[in-house]
Amino acid sequence: MKRVQFRRPIFPFLLLIPQLAIIAVFFYWPAGEAIRGSFYLEDPFGFSSTYVGMDNYTDTVTGSEYVSVAKFTLGFTAVVAFFSLALALLLAVKADSVLRGAKTYRTLLMWVYAIAPPVAGLFGILLFDQAIGPFTKIAQSIGWDFKLGVNYWDSATAMVIVAVWKQIPINFIFFLAGMQSVPMAVREAALIDDPSGPSRFFHVIFPLLAPTAFFLLIINITYALFDTFGIIDILHKGEPGNNPVTLVYKVYLDGFRGNDLGGSSAQSVILMVLVLILTVVQFRFMERRVHYT
Amino acid sequence: MTDITTAIAQPPVRRRKIRWNRVFDHVILILGSMFMLLPVVLTLLTSTWDNVTIHTGGIQYSIGEDAFRNYQKALFEKSGFSQVVDGMKMMTNSLILGLGFAIGKIVISMMAAYAIVYFRFRFATFAFWIVFTTLLLPLEVRILPSYEVVQSLGLLNTYTGLIVPLIASATGTFYFRQFFKSVPEETLEAARIDGAGPIHFFFDILVPVSQTMIAAIFIIMFVYGWNQYLWPTLMTTDENMFTLVRGIKQIMQVWIGANIPDYGVAMALAIIAMTPPVLIVILFQNWFVKGLVESEK
Repeated sequence: MKRVQFRRPIFPFLLLIPQLAIIAVFFYWPAGEAIRGSFYLEDPFGFSSTYVGMDNYTDTVTGSEYVSVAKFTLGFTAVVAFFSLALALLLAVKADSVLRGAKTYRTLLMWVYAIAPPVAGLFGILLFDQAIGPFTKIAQSIGWDFKLGVNYWDSATAMVIVAVWKQIPINFIFFLAGMQSVPMAVREAALIDDPSGPSRFFHVIFPLLAPTAFFLLIINITYALFDTFGIIDILHKGEPGNNPVTLVYKVYLDGFRGNDLGGSSAQSVILMVLVLILTVVQFRFMERRVHYT
Repeated sequence: MTDITTAIAQPPVRRRKIRWNRVFDHVILILGSMFMLLPVVLTLLTSTWDNVTIHTGGIQYSIGEDAFRNYQKALFEKSGFSQVVDGMKMMTNSLILGLGFAIGKIVISMMAAYAIVYFRFRFATFAFWIVFTTLLLPLEVRILPSYEVVQSLGLLNTYTGLIVPLIASATGTFYFRQFFKSVPEETLEAARIDGAGPIHFFFDILVPVSQTMIAAIFIIMFVYGWNQYLWPTLMTTDENMFTLVRGIKQIMQVWIGANIPDYGVAMALAIIAMTPPVLIVILFQNWFVKGLVESEK
């Protein structure tokens, strides 16, 4: 907040009204509905609903399908976050160290940011398709009978590759910006103290990048949880069958296809709590950084 | 690409000593760039071939002769179950969604951030938390109740119902709050000495100094709006309201039943759907990168 501020009793509320109104109608109302709905069992035609307490939660959490989807989501999130962060960091380190073509590389490595997840999913279908995909042919030539949409783990592989591909650019942009904000004096001093490249990187540059990396970790977790919906939906052609899905996808399946409103609401609430925790962690962290820098 | 290869080849010749570290750096970067480029380039090439060739021969590695037919069909041929929507209509809808979302978000969040940063008023902290609780909770987690709310307001298949619920998160407000906090204190002090009121200060000082930030956020939000998928899929059942990204799903559904799917048109549509946001990000990359990176601070 500013030291000097306007003092007006009414005017700031007028400024806030549009934002608060939209948030109230399209955020707090639906969120409230989700919480309320999670305690009720609604008949499929929406005529009546019965209060069932925590039943929806216990049914959800103890359901074997939910547990396996949760496990898959956890693994998927970890693998996607790890590979997209690691590859982006490698590319950012290299892009920071070359002089020639640095700008060209930057453009080539970041432009995929603008591609929509379902479009990325469609590219994935083409590359991994059983009939026409070159990846399938390469896999078959080394004896891997790759079957997208049929084999659970093959589908998971395709999901991870497409999701990582789509997420590398944003991580790259942040890592590169983080590297470039390391002062020249620090780099030169480090060069004198520790001429070995990798060791210098891990002892000097990487610790300075740690705040960026932490921020990106949270961004990547929310990405893998939510923004991969389009990739998954297109890769499964809208019919997941036995293929792996994430928790958000299951909320959608149960709510819109299975008409299990209570169960879907309970799952929504669980996800909201999860994300709320992430938000608080990130927020505290950012506030602290602003304070120190 | 040519200047990159010469960049690797030339310096070693002059100095007579090959700096293998540098060469290795470039090899990694070229591999990385190819990894990002290849899926799109292959789709672009294959989208210029006829369906039978694609069906029997797989992905194509050269330019075919059916580019005009495929793109013409993707853009102008009415398709879908009701035969009312073509690519141009979908592009118009995507533009309305992208622009409406970006402009709406910027106006609303600038006002809110201005109130939060520049005013001392009762319940300020409360308002702050009300707004920022929404920060990371995307529409996806409350998708079903949001759908019901929009339905009960009679907003299904309208642009309002498409755009406004997406604005209901605090990302834009957060960006502008961070930016306003970095504007020097003296600006307001000086303006107040000159007798400027809140409205005068906002339009004559704050908006002009925020220009780059506004441009950056506009790009980020436009791309975000254009690329929306789940929400438009749920709430637009009228094909006249389909966006390009939503159209991808439609094409996949036609694909499932077909003997020889219309691969060429599907790929053409994917290329059309990605081109506007990609061009904007590439052309304005300096603004865009600045906006993204600033938001973290």
